[in-house]
Amino acid sequence: MNEALAFAFERVIPGLNAGLWASIGIIVPAALLGVAIGVTAGTLRVYGGVWPRRITNCYVSLFRGTPLVVQLYFWYFALPYVSVGGVNLILSPVQAAIIGFALCSGAYQSEYIRGGLLSIKRGQLLAAQALGITPLHCILSVVLPQAFRRALPGCGNEIIYLIKYSSLASIITVNELTGVGRGIAKATFQNTEVYVIVGLYYLALVTLAGWLLRLIENRLSIPGFEVKNS
Amino acid sequence: MQNESVVLRVEDVVKHLGGQRILDGVSLTVKKGRLKVLIGPSGAGKSTLLQCINFLLPPDEGKVFLDGREINGKSKKELLWLRQRVGMIFQDFNLFDHLTAMENVRVALIKVKKMDKRAATHRAMEELARVGLADKAGLYPAQLSGGQKQRVSVARALAMDPAVMLLDEPTSALDPELIGEVLAVIRDLADAGMTMIMATHQIGFSSSLADEFLFMEKGRIIERGAPSDLLARGSCSRTMAFCAKLSELSGEMGG
Repeated sequence: MNEALAFAFERVIPGLNAGLWASIGIIVPAALLGVAIGVTAGTLRVYGGVWPRRITNCYVSLFRGTPLVVQLYFWYFALPYVSVGGVNLILSPVQAAIIGFALCSGAYQSEYIRGGLLSIKRGQLLAAQALGITPLHCILSVVLPQAFRRALPGCGNEIIYLIKYSSLASIITVNELTGVGRGIAKATFQNTEVYVIVGLYYLALVTLAGWLLRLIENRLSIPGFEVKNS
Repeated sequence: MQNESVVLRVEDVVKHLGGQRILDGVSLTVKKGRLKVLIGPSGAGKSTLLQCINFLLPPDEGKVFLDGREINGKSKKELLWLRQRVGMIFQDFNLFDHLTAMENVRVALIKVKKMDKRAATHRAMEELARVGLADKAGLYPAQLSGGQKQRVSVARALAMDPAVMLLDEPTSALDPELIGEVLAVIRDLADAGMTMIMATHQIGFSSSLADEFLFMEKGRIIERGAPSDLLARGSCSRTMAFCAKLSELSGEMGG
């Protein structure tokens, strides 16, 4: 046991700490971008015209309907061969991971936002219209603040998922937690110790994120919009 | 008839919804400081008429004039002007659920009238005080009773300085014991000279305030006149028959 502990502290933890920062460097921008994409796409899907609605619906079907691994392979391995107007876009592994996760996450987020938007009573939109509030202001100051509160538990859940599927970045050569862990395991054959510790890192990340999300829920909580924590 | 005192004129408005002719040529004129009361069975077109006046439902045919200006409904700027000048009270209050009572009153002042936050807050508090809710300014709709919500919605409409107010069955969604506080606010408005059109089943209350009853059925105004005439003893008006039925029903409920 002491040997295992010494191994953990000397070899595994310093390596994983570097991987942890790489993971956070992907998760945070991907989560923020994902929420932004989700809010935009969700809003367009409910209030957009015919074409914005069609396009965003296609986007959601595409990104919910294909495996994330395939999407990542596409962004990293296939995109360089796709020529758009004579330009080939080459993404670094980290860029490909962030874009891949954000687009996938945004598709799911837009579902939660859409649900939140649909839960808002039509009467409030009529009232806003009757006051002379423009449709844009109505969406920004009446609809979204309410929809976001209603969608928050779902959106938080999606962020928790994102933290875990960020481990897939390792397959496009990003040295994040899982990638670093696999490297150490291969070099030392200490699979048990390494993967248990990697698991604990994710558990800590998810716990921290859950705590932050609950903090946000509580901050945004107002009478009539309480989030019931079980 | 002095022309300048006419605030709102509706001429032969027709509206179809879902293939049905909901309004079948309705005309009315409201002078400054008067209260017109729309009565009649549900489905008669009272709500649709009110929503046609501020173009929440653009009329299919007919004309709407506000302050002598014809509204054609094509320009956004004109609609914005119209809606600022016409306050609307809904049966279900339609408060913004994520805003406090004060913020509900203030939001359009900031977003539509472009007032700065302090002036808007000040104005919102004045209007809340006017409906007797200054002490509830910080509460959210979920914390208010139905009567209080409706009073907040009146304050919200008043803050925009409307030329005319449209009230669509303002007490129909309220528990009986809460109706009185909303009617008191409406009475205060009438006494203060607010021009109003109100759809309601509160016949007794409105007959003391209204200068004219408009009885609607099947999308038309089929009877109109002073409440005292229509409800006179021995009158055989359609209005009288309807009101007798209403009071019979409420009598039954009371007994």
